[in-house]
Amino acid sequence: MLTLSPFYQELLAALNQGLLMSLALIIPSALGGVLIGISAGALRVFGDRWVRLLGDGYAALFRGTPLVVQLFVLYFGLPNVGVYLSPYAAAVTGFMLCSGAYQSEYVRGALLSIKRGQYFGAQALGFTPWQTVRCIIVPQAVRRAIHGCGNEIVYLIKYSSLAYVVTCMELTGEGKTIATEYFRFTEVFAIIGLYYLALVSLAIFFLKKIEQRLYIPGFGHQ
Amino acid sequence: MITDTTPILRVDNISKCFGETCILKGVSLSLRKGEIKVLIGPSGGGKSTLLQCINCLVRPDAGEIHLGEERIDLASKADLCRLRQQVGMIFQDFNLFDHLSAQDNITIALRKVKKLGKREAAERARLELEQVGLGDKAELYPAQLSGGQKQRVAIARALAMDPKALLLDEPTSALDPELIGEVIAVIRALAAKGMTMIMATHQISLISTLADEILFMENGVIVEQGSPAQLLTSGNPSKSQGFCDRLNDLADGGC
Repeated sequence: MLTLSPFYQELLAALNQGLLMSLALIIPSALGGVLIGISAGALRVFGDRWVRLLGDGYAALFRGTPLVVQLFVLYFGLPNVGVYLSPYAAAVTGFMLCSGAYQSEYVRGALLSIKRGQYFGAQALGFTPWQTVRCIIVPQAVRRAIHGCGNEIVYLIKYSSLAYVVTCMELTGEGKTIATEYFRFTEVFAIIGLYYLALVSLAIFFLKKIEQRLYIPGFGHQ
Repeated sequence: MITDTTPILRVDNISKCFGETCILKGVSLSLRKGEIKVLIGPSGGGKSTLLQCINCLVRPDAGEIHLGEERIDLASKADLCRLRQQVGMIFQDFNLFDHLSAQDNITIALRKVKKLGKREAAERARLELEQVGLGDKAELYPAQLSGGQKQRVAIARALAMDPKALLLDEPTSALDPELIGEVIAVIRALAAKGMTMIMATHQISLISTLADEILFMENGVIVEQGSPAQLLTSGNPSKSQGFCDRLNDLADGGC
């Protein structure tokens, strides 16, 4: 039976623990990001002038500034105004808001791509505006947005590694500690890379399943 | 009381401007039960806008719409929904819901707007699809149907709502010549059943044979109206006859 050297035993134990933290960061951030993205995207398309302006401002702010800066402000900046976030809470909040801003752009694009005729068709049958959006526009937009939204989740998985800058010890943070301790950067970061590759592959697998599930003739290929 | 002489739909003095350009300049018409009016005239004359104004897909700037005896309040969403449920609309480019099968295109309106149950809606949808000869295509999506089939589904969808009148906006204009026939056959069958219709069309066979009255629109006003017998006799100096002659020339010279 293969026994691992103490270095690898310690490394894998640390990385597995980090992996759990990474998952705890990624899953709520991805779900929250999608939810914020759909809401903000819809408001940016269907809202009145002020709501649209607010949504556009949100997206401009979070797409326009580096994520690291956002995390620093949330973790190191907010205590100045009396708001104290734990490293985990700061990281998840930052990821959700950042991911939501990007998602809102995919959702907005998908909603805007639905032709005027679809609204006309529904209205002419007596649908209310809300029914039109909910039953006709959103189901079509979801199918157009899904590829972009999936892509954003793949990004999120990788930028979750930034959580360690606010001392939330996830995969990258745990690995870096070991790497510094043993001064063996190549092996450690190569293995961390493999962990992320596995996470992303898993995400792609599930996203593909969802795409297949939602497939309808006329919306992409099977 | 509604008798055969009371109009079931009446529009008075409808006008609509987009910025500086006025598309409709005070158009009035009324429609009795079973009557078929055909709108003809040059492109840009306001035919489509008139039809869209009649069921308020485009809100008129001024004018009144009466459904039977009732005046529709153009600012009331409930009134608009009621008007649209009773006045069906067929579009040039079909406007089927792309994410729903032929059958679900029909059931969704029955369920969401008419609040029918699932089974009841499905039965009605099947029936309407069979009426337009598409009983075997119920499960297909719009992307899997030909243009003529899509338009027939659209007609079935409108009819399932039991409209009092149907507005048809160039129903055959987006179709290949060999697909026009099937849609015309469906429209003729509707006419034979006594459906009340206003139709904008360039289809010469529909104009002369179906119309009770021809309305010739130009520059946002109805400049000529009358029965085909009055307007469409060869050598008649009417604008309508001139228009139909040009359509005939195009059809003859086209091949």
